Amino acid sequence: MSTPTRTPTGAPEHLTGPGSGGVGDDAQRPDGVLKVRGEFAYGSDLWMEDMLWGVTLRSPHPYARIRSVDTSAALATPGVSAVLTADDVPGEKVYGLELADQPVLALDVVRYQGEPVALVAADHPETARLAASRIHVDYDVLEPVTDARTALGHPTWNQVHDSTAEVTELSRESAHLHPEGNLVRHLKVRTGDPAPTADVVVVGEYEVGMQDQAFLGPESGLAVPAEDGGVELHVATQWLHVDQKQICSALALPPEQVRLTLAGVGGAFGGREDLSMHVHACLLALRTGRPVKMSYNREESFFGHVHRHPATMRYEHGATRDGELVYVKAAIYFDGGAYASSTPAVVGNGGTMGIGPYVVPNVHVDCYGAYTNNPPCGAMRGFGSVQTAFAYESQMDALAAELGMDPVELRCRNAMEEGSATPTGQVIDSPAPVAELLRRLEAMPLPAASGDGEVDLRDMPGGVSNTTHGEGVRRGVGYAVAYKNVAFSEGYDDHSTARVRLEVVGGEPTATVHTAAAEVGQGLVTVEQQIARTELGVERVVVHPKDTSVGSAGSTSASRQTYVTGGAVKAACEKVREQVLARAERLVGRTVPDLRLAGGSVVSDSEDITVPLADLLGDDVLEATLEWRHRPTEAIDPETGQGFAHVQYAFSAHRAVVDVDTELGLVKVVEMACTQDVGKAINPQAVVGQIQGGTAQGLGLAVMEEILIKDGKVRNPSFTDYLIPTILDMPPMRIEVLEYADPHAPYGLRGVGEAPNISSGPAVLAAIRAATGLPLTRVPVRPEHITGT
Amino acid sequence: MDFLQPATWAEALEAKAAHPDAVPIAGGTDVMVGLNFGHLRPARLLDLTRVADLRDWQVADGAVRLGAAVSYARVISELGDRLPGLAMASRTIGSPQIRNRGTVAGNLATASPAGDAHPALLAAGAGVEVASARGTRRIPIDDFYTGVKRNAMDDDELIAAVHVALPSGPQQYSKIGTRNAMVIAVAAFGLALHPDRRAVGTGIGSAAPTPRRAPAAEEFLAGELDSSGLWESRAELPEATIARFGELVAAAAAPIDDVRGSARYRVHALSVMARRALTWAWADYRNSANQGA
Ligand SMILES: Cc1cc2nc3c(=O)[nH]c(=O)nc-3n(C[C@H](O)[C@H](O)[C@H](O)COP(=O)(O)OP(=O)(O)OC[C@H]3O[C@@H](n4cnc5c(N)ncnc54)[C@H](O)[C@@H]3O)c2cc1C
Repeated sequence: MSTPTRTPTGAPEHLTGPGSGGVGDDAQRPDGVLKVRGEFAYGSDLWMEDMLWGVTLRSPHPYARIRSVDTSAALATPGVSAVLTADDVPGEKVYGLELADQPVLALDVVRYQGEPVALVAADHPETARLAASRIHVDYDVLEPVTDARTALGHPTWNQVHDSTAEVTELSRESAHLHPEGNLVRHLKVRTGDPAPTADVVVVGEYEVGMQDQAFLGPESGLAVPAEDGGVELHVATQWLHVDQKQICSALALPPEQVRLTLAGVGGAFGGREDLSMHVHACLLALRTGRPVKMSYNREESFFGHVHRHPATMRYEHGATRDGELVYVKAAIYFDGGAYASSTPAVVGNGGTMGIGPYVVPNVHVDCYGAYTNNPPCGAMRGFGSVQTAFAYESQMDALAAELGMDPVELRCRNAMEEGSATPTGQVIDSPAPVAELLRRLEAMPLPAASGDGEVDLRDMPGGVSNTTHGEGVRRGVGYAVAYKNVAFSEGYDDHSTARVRLEVVGGEPTATVHTAAAEVGQGLVTVEQQIARTELGVERVVVHPKDTSVGSAGSTSASRQTYVTGGAVKAACEKVREQVLARAERLVGRTVPDLRLAGGSVVSDSEDITVPLADLLGDDVLEATLEWRHRPTEAIDPETGQGFAHVQYAFSAHRAVVDVDTELGLVKVVEMACTQDVGKAINPQAVVGQIQGGTAQGLGLAVMEEILIKDGKVRNPSFTDYLIPTILDMPPMRIEVLEYADPHAPYGLRGVGEAPNISSGPAVLAAIRAATGLPLTRVPVRPEHITGT
Repeated sequence: MDFLQPATWAEALEAKAAHPDAVPIAGGTDVMVGLNFGHLRPARLLDLTRVADLRDWQVADGAVRLGAAVSYARVISELGDRLPGLAMASRTIGSPQIRNRGTVAGNLATASPAGDAHPALLAAGAGVEVASARGTRRIPIDDFYTGVKRNAMDDDELIAAVHVALPSGPQQYSKIGTRNAMVIAVAAFGLALHPDRRAVGTGIGSAAPTPRRAPAAEEFLAGELDSSGLWESRAELPEATIARFGELVAAAAAPIDDVRGSARYRVHALSVMARRALTWAWADYRNSANQGA
């Protein structure tokens, strides 16, 4: 097999790591030291003798018809080996995660700025870029559709609630971006009284800007043509098998001939669920017969992956005078951009969990995903739940104000708990400590007031930029709580595959765990080792490179891998353990009920047996491969949204303390506190890391992170102007991790990664509102929103 | 691309004379970004990092002569008391890595309206020493910025140094960014009180096509301080004076709406920064008398 020759010491080859720590321990990451030393090889470090460089020519227009493409000047450029267009795609010309609607290379129309139109392979990236600039594309530029509600023919809110007309009908009024119209999905939740009334009613309209995953390692991969006519692709991705499926379809090759290996991934957050350079590099490699590397630069990366859906939302909450929720009506619009990507599933989450972790008898939710000519939007951490949390938590604060009630009190009064029914009719059958999360936050001490003693500029809004020494600064405190489904929902056959091998290597019992689950920085490789150590009682656990020679592990998304791939690894280990124990019993010659594996031996406490694995196994290798599934979920009713849609929920809550310079509109988040129930912390340090990272990403959306778009064009595709929080923006945290086991999940664990990303931003927003007294219905909050200038 | 590496200042000037299209590179924190983004494709780079003289600073005739290649980090650590406004501005620049590499001369040559050194240099009344094989001249900072990212240097010239008078009074620098570090200015303001000359210096950043002063604000404040005897009495400044100063600073700006902020916000922010900076500077001025300085 051809492998990339550049495997700096730290290529994600077999990871062995320092090796200690089972389930529940702060086990050290096997890739940690390499990453800290800068020795870990990421996708962009891939290199092979004789390789070519591929680049992509992209559309400068958000919407245009392509009259013609002339590649002759590009082909004539010295050093160029191939120039490809849609005509060169041998198989299906469109692909997609849920709907195949996105061209591998533009067909007759481009629907967003940055859509790939042609590919060039050359012996140097500069040559390839130069040649790409010589491709002449004749565009007939069209007027882009840049607003989701306009695309659906719902320009005003009234139409949503008053009109009975079918949305697909209405959408005909606006330009059709796709043959079926501009509606990707409309999800309805209907429960209780369709025309409820209440003592107190609050109505609010909210808007969430487009956030980017902002991962540091840009899209990169290396495609190597294989002797069997197939291709080997080394790529930084989130789900090898879903990539493989789509690549096979585009290349018209069977899976045996399209073999993928995970390259080092520098962050993902959902942005690598969709294909980027995958098919492109394979096409170029197959055409030229040479290895082809493609690696986006930062600017191209902003056009090379989907973003978080921007949303506009209108909510109406009705409650009794003593603060009991009577009803919630909501209309939620997600702008899916030019192609479907995972918009249907994002709408699924947005709609089914769109009123938050509260018990409400009467619910009427309409959640829409629309096609527009904005950049395609898809998966990002929190997946449809981040946007709605800003709206429903803002509504809870508005309602509390209207009722003259404490916002935490109002939330606790209406909080879900185990046994509560969700608006989709699902009874929550594991702990749901929503009120406890909030009460624990409330009980934490508050940070000291600012301006006590000497002014340290770093503690002030604006930091060392020296804009205030306390002038105009007001403090605010805000709370938010959120929940999110873990793993794939709505009847999806969500499974993972694990192969576990036990053998003696150099006298030492060694387990090898082989899954295709993408390690994207979250620490799954550590969890795989911990589980094998605990289940097999061995210290040395090798993580096999992640590739498609083992079955699918499903996606590294939806907070699901520790649950689902962890579950698969655990089950495969149990299978191997059975074989070992059976062998031990054969050796002992009788049944010993309490045989177990520990310290590299088979032991029994009752009979004082210790059989070292080295003796028991000799040169034999014990192996088990199996597919593991969580409890099945079911599709929801298309008219009412009722059904057992989600297998598990994760709950988290935040308290944010902010100082706002009310005159300049600058915000300093002073402290973030978080409480989260994780069922069981498989690796407590990693759990805390997820909470810190998720909190920072939520804070970022609340105060700074936004892809700014005008007329379908991105105005800030760089880290110069797409700002993410620095160490001076992200404050110290107080974190309490609760462990109420979910009886349905392996070890009782709950997915961790997304929940803290959802509750953090709304808490920051609430705190800014508290500091300023302004309604603030849009995130990110800009200084102008606070100063009114 | 050729890479020219003169070892001495004379060689550097010769190289620039021979290749006026050569792009000088000092810290590289602007040049390398340009190269990486493909905005800059020079035929030649002229590396100035081997010219040792450029890394020196001296004090002579009541002014600091700051060599072109002195980093921001050194301005902060070595010149905080002699160039207080510039040091405050330097503290707001980028990250530690950028401050270790980036130079004031690089900021000047780039001449971005958002460059952080400019408002401080304008307020202090600096002079830019430029040189070529033809000779050396001093460009007053007021004449240096000629347009968006354009300056008054000729093609064969290099910046040798920046001259900034030692402070005779307090200086302040404030910058608005939409995060608390590592951010390009949405608007910035530099202030210097010059009791020796009974004058006031200002500098506005990110709020006009070039960095610029606010002359009407300077004259107004200097006039008030004079006519009310405040330079001598060091009495409290009337609120109305502070407010008017803020208004006049804001009025001097000619900002645009862009991804970083709206024109209206920039004008508003400048008035607030100007008021606060004056308040702090005046408090320092009053305190320095108490301490007998
Ligand atoms: C991450 C990041 C953050 C940044 N943050 C800030 C910020 O907060 N504020 C800010 O103002 N800037 C910022 N910058 C921009 C940059 O750091 C500054 O403009 C810096 O002053 C440039 O100095 P340099 O020595 O690195 O210049 P270089 O990149 O080496 O050169 C910049 C320009 O000056 C020319 N040049 C350099 N030396 C001479 C000379 N002696 N004579 C003639 N021409 C010369 C070069 O040809 C080029 O045109 C940032 C840049 C980055 C990458």
